[in-house]
Amino acid sequence: MSEHKGIWVIAEKTPENQIAGVSLELVNAAKGLSQKLSGEEVGVLLLTGNDDVEPLLKELSEAGAQKVYLVRDENLERYSTELYSKAACDAITQKKPSIVLIGATTTGRDLAPRISARLNTGLTADCTGLDINEQGLLAATRPTFGGNLMATILCKTCRPQMATVRPKVLPKAEPDTSNSARVEKLDINLDPSAIKVKILECLNACQSAGCKIEDAEIIIAGGRGIKNAEGFKILEGLAESLGGAVAASRACVDAGWRGHCDQVGQTGKTVCPKIYIACGISGAIQHLAGMNSSDIIIAINKDPEAPIFQVATYGIVGDLFEVVPALTEAIRNSRLTCSC
Amino acid sequence: MKIIVCVKQVPDTSDIKWTENNTMVREGVESIMNPFDEYAVETALRIKEASSETTITAITMGPPQAKDVLKRAIAMGADEGILISDKKFAGADTQATSRTLAAAISTKIGEYNLVICGMYAIDGDTAQTGPSIAEHLDIPQITYAKELEYTGEDSITVKREVDEGSQKVEMRLPGVVCMLKCDYEPRKPSIKGTMKANRTQIPEYNLEDIGLDPSVVGIKGSPTIVSKAFRPEPRESGEMIQAGSPQEAAQALIEKLKAEKILA
Repeated sequence: MSEHKGIWVIAEKTPENQIAGVSLELVNAAKGLSQKLSGEEVGVLLLTGNDDVEPLLKELSEAGAQKVYLVRDENLERYSTELYSKAACDAITQKKPSIVLIGATTTGRDLAPRISARLNTGLTADCTGLDINEQGLLAATRPTFGGNLMATILCKTCRPQMATVRPKVLPKAEPDTSNSARVEKLDINLDPSAIKVKILECLNACQSAGCKIEDAEIIIAGGRGIKNAEGFKILEGLAESLGGAVAASRACVDAGWRGHCDQVGQTGKTVCPKIYIACGISGAIQHLAGMNSSDIIIAINKDPEAPIFQVATYGIVGDLFEVVPALTEAIRNSRLTCSC
Repeated sequence: MKIIVCVKQVPDTSDIKWTENNTMVREGVESIMNPFDEYAVETALRIKEASSETTITAITMGPPQAKDVLKRAIAMGADEGILISDKKFAGADTQATSRTLAAAISTKIGEYNLVICGMYAIDGDTAQTGPSIAEHLDIPQITYAKELEYTGEDSITVKREVDEGSQKVEMRLPGVVCMLKCDYEPRKPSIKGTMKANRTQIPEYNLEDIGLDPSVVGIKGSPTIVSKAFRPEPRESGEMIQAGSPQEAAQALIEKLKAEKILA
């Protein structure tokens, strides 16, 4: 086990061919862990197609990566569980990192358990905190029981120690333009006939595609109190007046009123905007797990007993169908803009 | 077509209470079928309705009382249930659990076309067991599945929902599909189904039956351990805006945000 050294991040790319925000957050987290492990190397595994990798390498360097292990193959142009897990497992077996971190995105959570199961090691899901304990082990903390309980998990005897980590929970570093990561190319044989799952069609992108909820500074979120898909229109009005994005609780997504990509909460996305306006959301612990680190939470709900008021910076007890339009109109009339 | 549905008995996490010492009250918490697994069962039943040659086997790993969720699956319409139970399985993490279930599927079921799981279990929330079962069985997977569009003996077409939006994907079978909640509600057990479930003998297999070494199952075979568990720090609540009309409330909120220099 002592031959395993170094902290790796498996980088994820966005559809626009940039490094995903969560991967940059993880490089920064890896730097922090490295300091507690006498400066073990912060490495990034970058799996990519034949596109220009220079912009990606620049992003990773500026985020603080010391080394980028690069696997470039035309078969990695697009994510596939089969080839990405093969490339990652082979790279890990060759280079033997001690810790491997992966973003807890839908792609990361598709990939990570395949790797840990194949390498017969431990994986902690959907973490919100990472640390090194007194024995030099990765201590990965995550919410469980629907966010009711936090658990810190260790992987004592198997390597690498793996974790998927929620986006938007750990901070990104300011880009350091003076840092330059060394690049090592890895040759890995990939056979495209191993791919058994084919993407036939990419259907509707997210409803708030113009402004993804995970990147938004202002979020207007609707819950069961919105009553139907049509009800989201008034939230869109408010979002437009403030320049924000519209999100939904799980109840709305389960009911088919909004897509899964707009869902905030334990089984949706974690968001950390400057302002989170919860409309008709009761505030189940599973929902709070996805948004309670927002700077300001504003709750609008008919039920004065709704648990959302216990976490709200400002609460208004009232009918959202009256309060939200009144708020939209007042903001428009006074030509107020948000300073964030 | 042969379908296996993996189900789990979980405590109802929407109903968790705490003692004064911040430990979870486990007594009196209702045990239910993991809600995502109900959608997995429902999805299997819809395939069966479309092609009568289909059989559905529900499988679970757990203590003897986990038989209840298998009975529920049968009452909903599954053909049979298999319980994988042994004291040596206790304390398993997702790695040991998926290895145990995969071994049970290989040794006790053998031939199958499709394995359906719930994407998450509401107690652990890991979403790791389904893909790990797929890995141990060495077959492909579709995660975050929302709707089955087509099912044949050799391939399946599924709509899945990912961070970027939704996708239609085709998988060659055999394979694993991990279900989110779909647009269709899982059916409730019928009276006839419940009577059938009560009559059905549920075979139970232990460690020896599935042929694994004791060192790779349960707590011994689990690479991860929980070193600490604690309740999250609650966020402090702020102030309620008391105002008469919705317009006054909106205005009062705006004044607060202006004072905080958030709106300008």
